[in-house]
Formats: sequence, C-alpha cells, structure tokens
Amino acid sequence: MLSLQNRKDILFLSILAAILLIVLPMGLDAFRLNLIGKYLTYAFVTIGLVACWGDSGILSLGQGIFFGLGGYCMAMFLKLQASTLEATKNQSTPGIPDFMDWNQITALPWFWKPFHSLSFSLIAMMVIPAVLAVVIGAAMFKRRVGGTYFAIITQAIASVLTILIVGQQGYIGGVNGITDLRTLDGWDIRTDHAKYILYYAGVVLLLACLLLLRFVRKSKLGRILRAMRDQEDRVRFSGYNVANFKIFIFALAAAMAGIGGALFTLEVGFMSPTFVGIVPSIEMVIYCAVGGRNSLVGAVYGTLLVNWARTSFSESFPEIWTFAMGGLFIAIVLFLPGGLASLYQNYIDPYVCRILKGNGRQTSHTVDKAI
Amino acid sequence: MPDKKTHLLKLQASRRQMLTGLSALSLSPFLSRVAYADAPSTAAVNTTGLAVTDDTVTVGILHSITGTMALSEIGSVEAEKLAIAQINESGGVLGRKIKFIQEDGASDWPTFAEKARKLLENDKCASVFGCWTSASRKAVLPVFEQYNGLLYYPTFYEGLEQSRNVIYTGQEATQQILAGLDWISKEKNAKTYYLLGSDYIWPRTANKIARKHIENHLKGSRVVGEEYFPLGDSQFNSVINKIKLMKPDVIYAIIVGGSNVAFYKQLKAAGLDLSKHNLMTISVTEDEILGIGGENIAGAYACMKYFQSIDTPDNKKFVAAFKKMWGEKSVIGDVTQAAYLGPWLWKLAVEKAGTFDISKVIDASPGVEFKNAPEGYVRIHKNHHLWSKTLVGRARTDGQFDVIYETPELMEPNPFPVGYQ
Repeated sequence: MLSLQNRKDILFLSILAAILLIVLPMGLDAFRLNLIGKYLTYAFVTIGLVACWGDSGILSLGQGIFFGLGGYCMAMFLKLQASTLEATKNQSTPGIPDFMDWNQITALPWFWKPFHSLSFSLIAMMVIPAVLAVVIGAAMFKRRVGGTYFAIITQAIASVLTILIVGQQGYIGGVNGITDLRTLDGWDIRTDHAKYILYYAGVVLLLACLLLLRFVRKSKLGRILRAMRDQEDRVRFSGYNVANFKIFIFALAAAMAGIGGALFTLEVGFMSPTFVGIVPSIEMVIYCAVGGRNSLVGAVYGTLLVNWARTSFSESFPEIWTFAMGGLFIAIVLFLPGGLASLYQNYIDPYVCRILKGNGRQTSHTVDKAI
Repeated sequence: MPDKKTHLLKLQASRRQMLTGLSALSLSPFLSRVAYADAPSTAAVNTTGLAVTDDTVTVGILHSITGTMALSEIGSVEAEKLAIAQINESGGVLGRKIKFIQEDGASDWPTFAEKARKLLENDKCASVFGCWTSASRKAVLPVFEQYNGLLYYPTFYEGLEQSRNVIYTGQEATQQILAGLDWISKEKNAKTYYLLGSDYIWPRTANKIARKHIENHLKGSRVVGEEYFPLGDSQFNSVINKIKLMKPDVIYAIIVGGSNVAFYKQLKAAGLDLSKHNLMTISVTEDEILGIGGENIAGAYACMKYFQSIDTPDNKKFVAAFKKMWGEKSVIGDVTQAAYLGPWLWKLAVEKAGTFDISKVIDASPGVEFKNAPEGYVRIHKNHHLWSKTLVGRARTDGQFDVIYETPELMEPNPFPVGYQ
C-alpha cells in the first residue's frame, strides 16, 4: 500500500501529464501549441530553481546563463547543418556560418569544430552548463559565500556572458544571435509536424526531469538539502560537507536549464543573447515564485500562467500590456505569497487528502517535500 | 537629465494625439463608402486564404512599442498608421478598407519571431509593416519565408541580404555611404578619415564599405583609425583624445542609440567644434537629435535619403499631415519617412497585380513607382530595395538639417557590393 504522500504525487503528476499530453494538444492549434512548447522550455529552469532555491535556499539570479549555454550548443550544431557549401555559395568563404562571413572571418574557429557532431552537441548542452555551475559553485560555496552575495555574483556572471557574446559577433553571432536554423540531422524542424514532435519530446523530457527531482527530494540527499536551508551550521557540525551538496544541486539545476535551452532553440529556430542576461534570469525566478517555490508542479503551472498572460495581454493591449503584467505580479505577491501552490494547499489539499483517505490536517505540511 | 524629459514629453504628446488619430480613423469608412461600390469580388482577389473580406483587408504592424527600442520605433508606427489612414480616405486598396492588427515586439528578438508567426499564421495578414533593428529582422526572416508573408522593412541597414519576402524601404549601406564620402572628399578636400562605430553588424559592415571606398576610390585618401564601442557605451574620452592628436580631416561616426548623447556632449566638452571640424554620420536623424540636443551636434554632416526640412510640396504636405495626426512637437527622421512608404508601396503593388495574393504582389513589386513620396520619386528595384537619392544635411541648433547637397541621379541599390566585402 502506497503512502498518502506517494499517492498524491502520482495524482499530481498524472494530472500534469494529462493536461500537457492530451488536453492542450486537443484544444489548441499548431501555433498556440508551439507557444506552450516554448513556455515549457522555461519550466526546465523553474523546476531547477525549486530544487535550488525552494529546497536548498540557494537563490540564483543567473539561471539564464545555463539556459543560454544549452541553447547556444544546440544552435551551433544546427547552424553548422544549415551552412552547407550549397546554401552558402554566395559568401566570400562558403561553408562557414553567414554571420562569420559578414564579419570577415575566413575559417571556422576551433571551438566550433566539435559541434559538427550531434552526439557531442547533445552531451555538451548538459555538460557545459553543469561544469560551469560546478566551477561557480566551487568558487562560491567552498568559501561559504551564500545568500544575497551569491545571487549578486550569479547576476554579474550573466551580465559578463552577455557582454562576451555581444562583443564576439564574428565568433558567436553578437546581438543578432544565431538565426535561420533549419534542420536537425536532415529533419526539417520548421514544419508543423516537427513542432508537434518537438512539443511531445519536450513534455516527456520535462516529466522525466520532474521524476528525477522528486527522487532527489525524497532521498536522504533531499532531506540534507532542506536541513541546510533551515540550519546550515548544524548540518555542517553534524559532519556533512555542505558545499559539495550545494554544488551538486546547483549543477543539476544547470544541466536541466541547459536541456531547456536546447529545446528552446529547436522550438523557436534561433538563439540570441537576450536569453542569457539578467532580465530573463530574473523573469525565471518570477515564474518560479508565481508557481510556488516549494512545489515542482506549481513551478510548471506558474511558468505556463505567466507566459500565457504575457502573450495574451500583449496581443489584446499592445500599448499597455506591461502594466497588466506588473498588476499580476503585485496581486500574486500581495494575495498569494506562497504562489499558486499555496492556493492549492489552503483550499484544495484538505479535500484531496480526504479523498485519498488520510488526515488532511496532519499531512498537509509535508506536501512541499515531494512534488 | 533634460534629454530624457524631452523624450517623455514627446511620448506623452504622441499618446494623447493617438486618441484623436484613432477617432479620425473610425470616421473614414463613412467618408469613403462610395468608393467601395465597384470593388472586384473577394474570390477573385484572394485565392490563398488571406484576411480579405468584401470591404476590408487586414495588415499587420510589428514594432517595439515597449522596451529600449520603443523611442525609435514609435515614429515608424505613427508613419505607418498615417499612411494607412490616408489610403483609406482615398478609397482603400482594390476597393477595400485597410484594417491593421498591431503587435508589440517588445525590443526582444524572439518576441518578434513569435508575433510574426501570429500575424501570418493566425491572422493571415496580407502584408506586415515592421521591424527596426537588424536583429529583429533576422529573427523574423525565416518566419516570413516559411509562411510566404510580405514584410516592409523601413530602416537603413547593412545590406548583405535580399529576401523574396521582404521589401527594404530604407537605404542599404552603399547608397547611404558612397555619395557622402565622394562629396566630403571633393568639397572639403578631405584626405584622412577616422572611423567610429557601435559594435554590431551594421556599423562594422558600413565602415568596411567606407574604408574600401576611401582606400580604393578616393585618390590619396586613407583611414587613420577605426574603433568600436559596445552598445550603450558612454565613455568616449580616450578616443576623443586620439582624434585630437591625429587631427583627421573627417570623423566618420556610426554610433547608435543612447551612446550618441554621451559622444556628442563629450566631443563638445573636449573643445572639438563641429562647425570647424568635419564630422560625418549616417546614424543620427532628427529623432536622435531630440536626445543629443541640437546645440551639441550643430555643424555635423549627416548622410541620409530624407530630412524633414526637404523643401518640396509633397514633403510639406506629408509633414503637415504627420503633425496634425501626431502632434506639433513630433519630428520625422529618415526611418519614419521610409516606414511611411511601406503601406503606399504595398497598395501600388497590389493594384498593379490586381490581387492580394502575396506571390503575385511580390512578382509585381519590382518597377513599382511612387511618384509623390515625401523623399521624392521612388521606384522598387528588382533586388527589392529602393532606388533613392542620397542627401547631405548639416545639423542646425534647432534639431533640423539644412540640405546642402543632393545626388543628381537616383542611386542604384546594391546589397551585395562587389569589391566592398
């Protein structure tokens, strides 16, 4: 017999899976579904933020770095595929990406060469963000830098990376980004059919990441992370190496953000430095806060809600939609400090517990610990 | 921060004016009811499922009206709305009134791509007027090619592009650069040039063209320095010191956006008097001077295809109509005028094709002439750019330009200039 908590987790995941895999594809046309697919790529970042921020107390304002790195790895692979000798025969140097030719670069730089390989690119989109996260984490957490200082430093790194990309336009496309991506190993990613497949692939990967994070949360590791969040010194005095646990969860979140970035590139068809900087990084923290920073599924719903609101407000009121978004955030902070998840917690959870045969009052506070 | 204030004032003014403008728009169907009577049937002029009804045709406007680019792009939006209102008053296109759907690109390139898809796939717009920066154009280009849409792009830009689905109503780089350099070389007997630019594709490509022209075509001339600054940079003292040391005959500046304010103020503070020192720019229009301040840039030469002060009846009519719709204080820069051309060129191409079908409109576009454009006679080249003149203007303290030179002939657009790459 499964415990109440496990039964609840299965219920929540099934509802989310049913919405994403059945309800939305049936109710929406190809264009709207592709937009949902785009929003879901941000959810890879926000569920990572739940693990880092909600569980472990590490607030990173630079998750855009990892999202962008993953996206750029995928974009570099796709750009090389699009830059065949045939397609680039009008350039002064055929066979290299068009923006390099515009910037008088005459040979493919060395760091582009491995991206001819799909398997390398797929590994790189997770490993490069994770390795960078380990480096940042080692530099910060080993020195016991945390809290606001850590948040500010991640923000500075996001800013540095944007400036680097914008400045090196001959090598990585500058402000324009890497555009006009066409095929993935011969498969045209721009057709409606491809968008459906990418959508389902994205949903399945997202559910897999959710399961992985649930596993982490329920394990002993997850309990240590929560203990660190609440009383870091006590955990340290108990003999645990706090820094290593933090580095691990930060790198895991970074790798997931990388997957999200790569999927984003596939869904949208280009990558640009607008996704690396400070603003998108903070926006992703907002999605997480709207959903509820202690709830994995809440973060997914939060991401969908904010982005859906942004799209529909800006379509209906192009002149004043930013005010509507601001109003939404203020309303959430004022009335739902715990995000959408607290709405659930306060009003729906007691009924769910009763239905799943348990005592709502006693168990409701454990909801945040799993899904 | 007096400059910011001016901008805000302008914005507020234009918001207020927008309301009066819109009410004027809603009157227009009553005024021109009569003209729609003998319109060709919808089945005949729309075979590809565009948003065309018996009395309306829907187009899209896609610019940033929020975010950092809003200040530049709002002028284009205003010009496009003015052109649409005027076309509707004069009877519409193929007997149909133009309705527009406006979307906000929010100064964010992926948002541009998303909204472009919406306008084409969902709204079935018969054409779209939009984009400003090269980055936003590059982001939407694959979308327009995939869905076979039609984009009218207003900004002067670096060239190196020619898409079947885009009509470029601004100048490509050689049109804007070559004649101006020839003029300053001859009139001012300039031999040494110092090239400056913001660090992205347009200034870099433009300076590459300028350098090749100076070195290969202007006898005895040379480039003595070339430097780039990050977008938004505000520290120009070190380069200004170098300029003072090297004393080039011409400072050739392609600095964009907010950096301009710092650059021209620091030039003035360093004692470089532009009434004695030659400075030529291709990036400062009347719009930018609002921020820079006329007193800081007076004396500089700008090379464009349009200035608000052009003294022709057609331009005076245009300026008056623009100010009536958007306020006395509004100014009209080169790009704003080029945006105004978009709806008119589309109307002329549709009427030439006799249908709204995008492929046929595109096929009909080369050779389309707009004789009474504010900038003068305009014709679409088969490479989808416009034949246009190049003017040299000299900035005045009141933020306007005196037109001091104009090429006698129209310049042929040449987006892939051989020998300049």
